[in-house]
Amino acid sequence: MTALSLTNVCKSFGSVEVLKDINLTVEEGEFVVFVGPSGCGKSTLLRVIAGLEDATAGTVNIGGNVVNNIPPAKRGIAMVFQSYALYPHLSVHDNMALGLKQEKQPKSVIEERVGKAVEMLDLSAYVDRRPSDLSGGQRQRVAIGRAIVREPQLFLFDEPLSNLDAALRMNTRIEIAELHRTLSASMIYVTHDQTEAMTLADKIVVLRDGRVEQVGSPMELYNNPANQFVAGFLGSPAMNFLKKAPLAIPENGALGIRPEHLRPTKGGRIKGTVTHVERLGGDTNLLVSTDEQEALTVRIFGQDGTLVGEKIELDFDDHAAFAFDAEQHRVTFAA
Amino acid sequence: MNSARQNPFSTYAAHGALILYTLIALFPVFVIVINSFKTRKAIFREPLAMPNSDSFSLIGYETVLKQGDFFLYFQNSMIVTVGSLFFILLFGAMAAFALAEYRFKGNMIMGLYLALGIMIPIRIGTVAILEMMVQTGLVNTLWALILVYTAQGLPLAVFILSEFMRQVSDDLKNAGRIDGLSEYRIFFRLVLPLVRPAMATVAVFNMIPIWNDLWFPLILAPAEEVKTLTLGSQVFIGQFVTDWNAVLSALSLAILPVMALYVIFSRQLIRGITSGAVK
Repeated sequence: MTALSLTNVCKSFGSVEVLKDINLTVEEGEFVVFVGPSGCGKSTLLRVIAGLEDATAGTVNIGGNVVNNIPPAKRGIAMVFQSYALYPHLSVHDNMALGLKQEKQPKSVIEERVGKAVEMLDLSAYVDRRPSDLSGGQRQRVAIGRAIVREPQLFLFDEPLSNLDAALRMNTRIEIAELHRTLSASMIYVTHDQTEAMTLADKIVVLRDGRVEQVGSPMELYNNPANQFVAGFLGSPAMNFLKKAPLAIPENGALGIRPEHLRPTKGGRIKGTVTHVERLGGDTNLLVSTDEQEALTVRIFGQDGTLVGEKIELDFDDHAAFAFDAEQHRVTFAA
Repeated sequence: MNSARQNPFSTYAAHGALILYTLIALFPVFVIVINSFKTRKAIFREPLAMPNSDSFSLIGYETVLKQGDFFLYFQNSMIVTVGSLFFILLFGAMAAFALAEYRFKGNMIMGLYLALGIMIPIRIGTVAILEMMVQTGLVNTLWALILVYTAQGLPLAVFILSEFMRQVSDDLKNAGRIDGLSEYRIFFRLVLPLVRPAMATVAVFNMIPIWNDLWFPLILAPAEEVKTLTLGSQVFIGQFVTDWNAVLSALSLAILPVMALYVIFSRQLIRGITSGAVK
């Protein structure tokens, strides 16, 4: 069954078009991540799905029902916000229970579901506290709990990890992944962080300027990007794009090579000078300026003794490189 | 404050300036209060002297409590002030919420229109207001005063409150919507508690001019049974003889309720003024 399908969804604020003709389906139990640079419309799209904004055109279908004219509370969704958005005057327990009370669920059901969520999220020590007495990570768990108890058809996450520090972010990321496995619920997750996108998603939707650029599994997008934008957006360090390439590429196009596919080789096809070295311990990033004055990043696994200012010769396997035409679309090599 | 950045001289200067200002501001109040406890002769002989065993007298308070319906005036003032504040805060907050929260055509124009009242003194319209009150039969009722003061207070209330309401997190309101709260519950249960400091600020700014106003009570409600305290005190000021003891005593008594209300609001008020500056 389809958990969500969007058909020709458009949204404009006044004369500004924020979403342009979005078509998308989310299958039951799928974890879909919307990713894109800031201002690409991913949060707006989530808010249209949630019913917090009305679509200017097109239909939103959740679990087989068109919900364009149905208020957020009756769409069978639950949402987790970046700023947690807990009710400051209610205890952890009441924060979670409020939505169910509004649905007029019997008390026994409310207690059972809240109890289950509290246990699942390890919050039992905090049920009577106010949100202001909790740490950021705990608050976000309460926010997730508030979503779980509603047993929605579709979970919506709006950059839930952006306010957490790096260590907590990784832990919570793993918790969300586990949550998805335990509940096997459909989830939509908005982020600008490609690591979150790559690690969590069954399916990634890359958005730019209110358009869907590409949809696919993380590895599909990584290994087979449809255009230069997707190729450059996913992967860290980002893909290198060369205008003056040692291979035949379309006029005004670019040759894309991922940093890890470049290797120092005597007599390699790209020659340049090392301008900066980043030693991360596990791997080493070399920033290279080619003899054609183009900037490149080279990722070398393990530790490497290259010094700034050294001359370097690089090579790559032709099948690991991508060619893009002047409109930034992916093309296959002529040869 | 960081002691490394603290310059003792500027600290003293700041305190000096504040103390000086406090003295200047409190001086008239002080003179009124001490003189209210003195005999008439002592008031004129040495207006700045403290009351002593010779000059001490409660004659003013006695006159005030005996003559005229002082408690009725008190009650009228209280009803008018509290009633006006209630309506100013209620309607001001509602209008501010609508302006801050909803996108609709003319939102901007509406906001400007409502703010315009800050710049135009309501007293310009006194004659028209009086005519309206006469036609609606509201002259010599407390409602006349409450309505006028509500109108007078709304522009500033809407202006200040809408600014604060914009700062209330959108996520919180949206979380409420997803949990199925009505817009009214979002307004009363989620937003209002968070802008309480701003509400207290608005309340204090409006309370004192309303309590002290002489103009509208004199014009719209001069009848004995609806006189406010300020107007009631005027009976002691005559064309030829003024009973200064009574006037000063009445004024001293009039300070008390405002002070009580101020204490209620002040803790919130300070948070309201400093919020934004101190996160």
